[in-house]
Amino acid sequence: MTPVLWPCPTFKGPSACEYALCLGNGTAGRVLIIPALFDEGNKLRRFTVETMRALAQAGIASVLPDLPGCNESLQPLETQTPARWAEAIRMCAAHFEVDLVLGLRGGALFTPADLPALHYAPTSGATILRQLLRARIVSAREAGYSETRDALAALALRDGITLTGYRLGARFFAQFETLTPAPDTPLIEQATLPGGGLWRRAEPSEDPTQARALAHMVADHLAGLAK
Amino acid sequence: MADTTDLTLRSILTDVLGLAPGQAAGFEPDTGLFGHLPELDSMAVAGLLTEIEDRLGILIDDDEIDGEMLETYGALLAFAQAKRAQAAKA
Repeated sequence: MTPVLWPCPTFKGPSACEYALCLGNGTAGRVLIIPALFDEGNKLRRFTVETMRALAQAGIASVLPDLPGCNESLQPLETQTPARWAEAIRMCAAHFEVDLVLGLRGGALFTPADLPALHYAPTSGATILRQLLRARIVSAREAGYSETRDALAALALRDGITLTGYRLGARFFAQFETLTPAPDTPLIEQATLPGGGLWRRAEPSEDPTQARALAHMVADHLAGLAK
Repeated sequence: MADTTDLTLRSILTDVLGLAPGQAAGFEPDTGLFGHLPELDSMAVAGLLTEIEDRLGILIDDDEIDGEMLETYGALLAFAQAKRAQAAKA
């Protein structure tokens, strides 16, 4: 597993470089994996990398990029917008010359329309924000004060907001809330994998059986594209 | 409906807490949840409530969320059963 740099657009000035984890020789194709977002990304990180290992065993190379402002990225998250993430993914897909883009959970909101795509347990921007807002409300209640969803949403749209440690800009919040996965994209539902979705877990976890099953379905899909 | 709510709630807790199969069957009404299980932090509680909404077909308002309802298994079950009964009437 190697971290590799790829050129990524920035808000202003020349493009920056972001890291991507790369694995496999790609004799049977190359897949770009858009990670799950925010807290779900942490919960699924090991599962995602285990899926990459299983793909490599099937001869499929995979690339797991950092979205600008996330993980090892030096760009501020607060200045990102969904449009910038979409552009970053397009550049990443072109740079690594991938055959398929696999979007995990919220990552499915960013699969480019003009490339073959596959979604795993996709979810909407509104659902993700609802969850993050709820966590903030629960946390406030635990600390003995009260916050309401409406007030937090108004604040987010005016000044941006910090949710579970992620500083989201006002433009990000407004645009992200409206995103839904493209309805005609082939998808892998959690019910077709052995076990419950690991993003639901209270703690990050792993499940090699599920990772192998997901890799197997991705490999089948890729083989179908090649025919 | 009471029985299915109980079973579904145990299965949700099994998924969320990553319990071994069957472990949640041993939960008693006074088994402690929030405040007793370190992994149930605010993000995990938010996930747990969303999962309960999805799998039991109910909607939980933010102002219904309080420490008491999350403190024990029995309190959470009573809350879920009341919400389901309310949803069935509506």
